[in-house]
Amino acid sequence: MKQNPISFQLKLSPEDFLPATEEEKQSQVVMRESVSFWKDGMRRLLKNKVAMVSIVVILLVMIFSFIVPFFYPYSYKEQMKGANNLAPMEYSEEEQARIEAGEKVFPHIFGTDKMGRDYAIRVMMGSRISLLVGLIATGIILIIGSAYGSIAAFFGGWVDLVMMRIVDIIYTVPDILLIVLLSFALKAPLQNLKQVAGFGWVGIVGENLISIFIVFALLYWVGMARMVRSQVLMLKESEYVTAARALGVGNGRIIKKHLLTNCIGTLIVTTTLQIPSSIFTESFLSFLGMGVAVPLPSLGSLASDAINGMNTYPYLLFIPALLISLIILSFNLLGDGLRDAFDPKLKN
Amino acid sequence: MPKYIAKRLGLAVITIWAVATITFFLMNMVPGGPFLSEKAISPQATAALEAKYGLDKPLLQQYLTYMWDSLHGDFGDSLKQRGRTVMSIILMKFPVSARVGGISVLTSLLIGIPLGCMAAFKRGKFLDSLISVVATCGIAVPSFVICTLLLYFLGVNLKLLPTMGLASWKNYIMPVMALSFYPTAYIMRLMRSSMLDVLGQDYMRTAKAKGVSGFRMLFKHALRNAVLPVITYVGPMLAYTVTGSFVVEKIFTIPGLGGEFISAINGRDYTLIMGTTIFLATLIIVMNVAVDIVYKIVDPRIKLK
Repeated sequence: MKQNPISFQLKLSPEDFLPATEEEKQSQVVMRESVSFWKDGMRRLLKNKVAMVSIVVILLVMIFSFIVPFFYPYSYKEQMKGANNLAPMEYSEEEQARIEAGEKVFPHIFGTDKMGRDYAIRVMMGSRISLLVGLIATGIILIIGSAYGSIAAFFGGWVDLVMMRIVDIIYTVPDILLIVLLSFALKAPLQNLKQVAGFGWVGIVGENLISIFIVFALLYWVGMARMVRSQVLMLKESEYVTAARALGVGNGRIIKKHLLTNCIGTLIVTTTLQIPSSIFTESFLSFLGMGVAVPLPSLGSLASDAINGMNTYPYLLFIPALLISLIILSFNLLGDGLRDAFDPKLKN
Repeated sequence: MPKYIAKRLGLAVITIWAVATITFFLMNMVPGGPFLSEKAISPQATAALEAKYGLDKPLLQQYLTYMWDSLHGDFGDSLKQRGRTVMSIILMKFPVSARVGGISVLTSLLIGIPLGCMAAFKRGKFLDSLISVVATCGIAVPSFVICTLLLYFLGVNLKLLPTMGLASWKNYIMPVMALSFYPTAYIMRLMRSSMLDVLGQDYMRTAKAKGVSGFRMLFKHALRNAVLPVITYVGPMLAYTVTGSFVVEKIFTIPGLGGEFISAINGRDYTLIMGTTIFLATLIIVMNVAVDIVYKIVDPRIKLK
């Protein structure tokens, strides 16, 4: 064949098409395992000392509030006679007598409250309620927010327009006002619902707690929805979405399998940072007396109850106050760590 | 620009209407009425009172009447505090909350912005870490915790400051500290990160190369740009703080609008609930819109849609 002197045509010989030798194949083998998104993120997270410490703190608080109560000799609603307002590690007269008789009595580590209930177990139950509210409320927000945001972004056009106007409206609604009103208004219907057969669980969970969840489900998902929408708007132009559509994949499946899984980093970070703010709101409501129902304690209501006896029994106030700050702080720090690890673009 | 403003204002009006409507029907869902709790009141008297305030009419008619009246600026009389209009109650209570809230916002700006800037300039140094730690902790502490701790240490234990009411300037110290704690921490963080962002910009290097003095560079070039995110935060925060924090007013027994709202709900004072809700919601929403518009005027890089 005539060769053009300035052409890039390759000069190939038949030897170039021979099968590769073993030696040549060896050089193609990838020695190092490929680093997946998760591994990369976990590696960065494990290096972050602050985040690791907060994980340990959160785990300790969880053990303290979910596991320890099972082995604890007192119950959170048991009122012991003559054991009112004991200082930490103090025994009532009756217990003193039992100790002298050779019995072993478990000490009241944090003392007792004015009704004679062991305070340590109340704090444990309180942090359990606070954590549960934080986690469940965040779960609700995650589901509603991500579904709403991704649907708005995926379908676009007037669907997006209408859906996002609704978000704008909810976003500017003064939340505290509506929470206060809602928790008052929902009390009666829920109390009636409790009487209906099959809805007995409403009484166990408590009407106030359920109305808190409803409030979260109504108001707080908008931030998450905006976040997810902006991510999905970007992702839906990707080639793999076009490819999936060409293969005939349905809309729902594209959203679930392709779009939401690809903004998992943002979802994790936003969710983790949402938990402390849910706990924050719950404790605030409980403090105002609109949270969990008595005798169930939450950290906010424990602090609120302790204010009246603040002069003589300040530790009753300090313990729940410090614990709630500690929980919120560790979730915040963990969220920051997760953001640095899984969503490095957002750093700073 | 006018189109954008018109759109935002239209949306704001819809939001206020939505809030008012939701509040109206929610409030009527709450069991009990304004005249139930009073002792020794005959059924006839209750009926007469209800007739006087129009509470015996169907709910929808009450709603339409209320909306029509409030559009004309008439928020009605308080059902509980006889002889006083809702407007007069709001106008009496609001300045109290506004004064405490305004001072708090000012305090948090005056502390937060300089400290945030300092942290950015001394990036990675001891001062930066110290400020960051303080800011991170500050965000994690709920306001009721701050309030009660302040009350215990400064008010009860050391007896330095009065714990109730607003009689002298000393009374303001604790509520202001409690209210400004969270915003200060937040502004510090915001200021630090936006300042770091600005310091890395090309125009800062250009300014330095031109030989602009440090002082001028800081105020004319850096601060002006870095303070923008703080503006967006301050607007809504101002509205929230000025309208009265429920917790702080409850703990320090400040006769403000927040406490009034709670007691209005407890007493089923329908007109007062509606009045305060519409007032607070309007303030917060207008603040939000105003900030968005100001933000777009100040920062021309943001495209108007």
